[in-house]
Amino acid sequence: MNISQSTSLEPGQLREAATRLRDTDGRMQMAYAWYPEPDRIELRYVATEAGRQEFAIWRCVPPNGVPSLATIWPLMGWHEREITDLFGVDFSEHPQAQRLVLHDGVNPICPPFSPKYPLDLPLQHEPVRQVVPELVGATADVQLLPFGPVRADVLESGEFLFFYIGEAILHYQPRLFFKHRGMEKRFEGLTAAGGVVLAERVSGVGSVAHALAYCQAIEAAANCTVPLRACFLRVLLAEMERLYNHLYYLGHLCHTTTLKVGEAQGKLLAERSKQLNTKLTGSRFLRSILTIGGLRRDLSPKGWLSAELEALREDYSVYARHLESTDSHLDRLITTGVLDQRVAFDQGATGPIQRASGFDRDLRRDHPYAAYGQLPVSVPVREAGDAHARAQVRMDEINASIALIQRVLLLLPDGPVSAECKAPPKSEGLGWSESPRGTLFYAVHFDDRGTLARVKIKSPSFSNWRVFPFTVHGSNMMDYAINEASFGLTIAGCDR
Amino acid sequence: MPLWTLLGLMEGKQTAPWPLAEGADGQAGFIGMPRYNPANCTDVCQACADVCPTRAITMRPTAEKADGKDGRLDIDYGRCVVCQLCTEACPTEAMTPSSDWAFGAQRREDLIWRTPPLRDRAPGKRRTQSFRRSLHIRHVDAGSCNGCESELQALNNPFYNLHRLGIFFTASPRFADLLLVTGPVTNAMLTPLRATYEAMPEPRWVMAIGTCAVSGGVAEGGYASGHGLDGVLPVDVYLPGCPPNPAAIIHALMMFLERVPQRVKGGQLDQ
Repeated sequence: MNISQSTSLEPGQLREAATRLRDTDGRMQMAYAWYPEPDRIELRYVATEAGRQEFAIWRCVPPNGVPSLATIWPLMGWHEREITDLFGVDFSEHPQAQRLVLHDGVNPICPPFSPKYPLDLPLQHEPVRQVVPELVGATADVQLLPFGPVRADVLESGEFLFFYIGEAILHYQPRLFFKHRGMEKRFEGLTAAGGVVLAERVSGVGSVAHALAYCQAIEAAANCTVPLRACFLRVLLAEMERLYNHLYYLGHLCHTTTLKVGEAQGKLLAERSKQLNTKLTGSRFLRSILTIGGLRRDLSPKGWLSAELEALREDYSVYARHLESTDSHLDRLITTGVLDQRVAFDQGATGPIQRASGFDRDLRRDHPYAAYGQLPVSVPVREAGDAHARAQVRMDEINASIALIQRVLLLLPDGPVSAECKAPPKSEGLGWSESPRGTLFYAVHFDDRGTLARVKIKSPSFSNWRVFPFTVHGSNMMDYAINEASFGLTIAGCDR
Repeated sequence: MPLWTLLGLMEGKQTAPWPLAEGADGQAGFIGMPRYNPANCTDVCQACADVCPTRAITMRPTAEKADGKDGRLDIDYGRCVVCQLCTEACPTEAMTPSSDWAFGAQRREDLIWRTPPLRDRAPGKRRTQSFRRSLHIRHVDAGSCNGCESELQALNNPFYNLHRLGIFFTASPRFADLLLVTGPVTNAMLTPLRATYEAMPEPRWVMAIGTCAVSGGVAEGGYASGHGLDGVLPVDVYLPGCPPNPAAIIHALMMFLERVPQRVKGGQLDQ
């Protein structure tokens, strides 16, 4: 979607607009800052309005102390803190005005996204003692467990603080952004085509979703049309990505409930799915295939993929049936890590996480892109909001993905797979995709030479990591690993 | 639970015989590092160097082109993210796609293109016999995109079944012989990474997995990201790839244990 049609708001009007959005069944999606000119900063807000496919975009030029929207839309809390850390814009009356992306002990000479910040100057990290919430009352029995950033097993880096008594967790605080690579800044100065390689490497297990949202943002800025065959193949690739992610998810969930054979079988199915990816594209992560205007080369899935997928589906359905009838597994999932529907909405849960808490939302159906508008997209929803519901949503999505791929294989039209696509200088665009983990946005802005001036990435894990702690407070240590696995989060996507 | 055991047994053996015996390694169709054929390279073109996102390909200074045999390009496979842009940009098939992935190397310079392939490899540091069938690994994610983790996690699926080779991941650096690092080393991970290395008992070794850990990859530099492991920790094995597939990781580990030979020399695989 071309984002030149946006509403300009005065800082004083922001809260009123945000409140109206909330009262009319809309939803805030994200906020970001950028520099239209070296000395002028601008804030952008992206929102969904009830019943509208187009996203609403608000623009606002900040004075010092823009009113924070976090008290109206709690999910905005993290977005605003990120803007403060990276752009130096302060928000007034922010309920949690602390560092998020930059850790305590980092004191840059100026905000790292400022045009004045020297290229390639690394931030210096001074070791500081971490500030933890102060406990009041009788605290003698409360223990603090700092866990990470290097954790057990092959896992991504992140630090977690547990305040606990015996088995019971009183308070849980994740400290992320150890993996912050400054990816958004790496896009600056690149050509549109050059950015695809970068977008594929923001979150490895979301390579297609990221590249797709990025390409669609550029295509929106350039106002070009992607050939039909490429649109269908993009759906095929996106669903293949969902497939291997969800299969691995189930295997990993079995790992946390110590269902050993279930773990082995889930991970074996994921491996088979990745090997199909290789056969189809040469890449286990479906990389090096998407580009601006379509695909880099044609794919030939006809004649073999359908049969392979059907064999995979048969094995998967036996596996899923056994999982759903194993009491020892289900006992650990049911009622574990319940995410209340209200909290899910307020804190911005997305993807399978919000669908497991009763929200019937999916970008593929509600804001269709690629060829999804011409395909029947079924959106599984559960009400319970526990680990079992989150697993069930993903299990249903596996079946839905395979059905979608089979449909694409039936309908796949012949024709070219790429079109000329050149974004003019000073143009801007918004792209999105429903990644295996939820809503993913890319906003792109070009400068007057036609190279990238700003790329903003709103990844689903950024949203879901904010939500996750709400299901941990008051739970117990034994359930923690299961609960975390049931969210299926990536840290790379969140930290960028 | 007995039902699952029965089901598991009924599945039969799912593990690939490779690398202990001949057989499929699971990488059919994999597109790996591009191959350079200097004979096809023309004098007027630098399309590949222009599109390379990580400056893995650079034009050799004119003075050094004279002998002609090495071609006109400097190619550092330690910087390659396998994006295939060069193979698409090249008008003369001097850069072509290949299935080459076994790029584990003990010396950084083995990843740099030369012709003819270097034969004078000095033997790497000898490791004691006792590690060869019982290696314990501690992994540290120093800011990767999670692609390398995804492939490392795949090593313990039934298809690759890393345990059968006597190679294990361990939770504590105190029990680890080998530190396996992914990611470009972000500023925030530098201290935890060094602390993990310091916690390992000697003798200890380090392997850089993925192009980010070898040289920084697409995220190299900037305000938050590093340039890989060089200058941070002493590296014993480099394995570029974006990400390297599980078979490439197994090959690099087996090579580290001196159970298979290194295959890459002068940026090319032995055939």
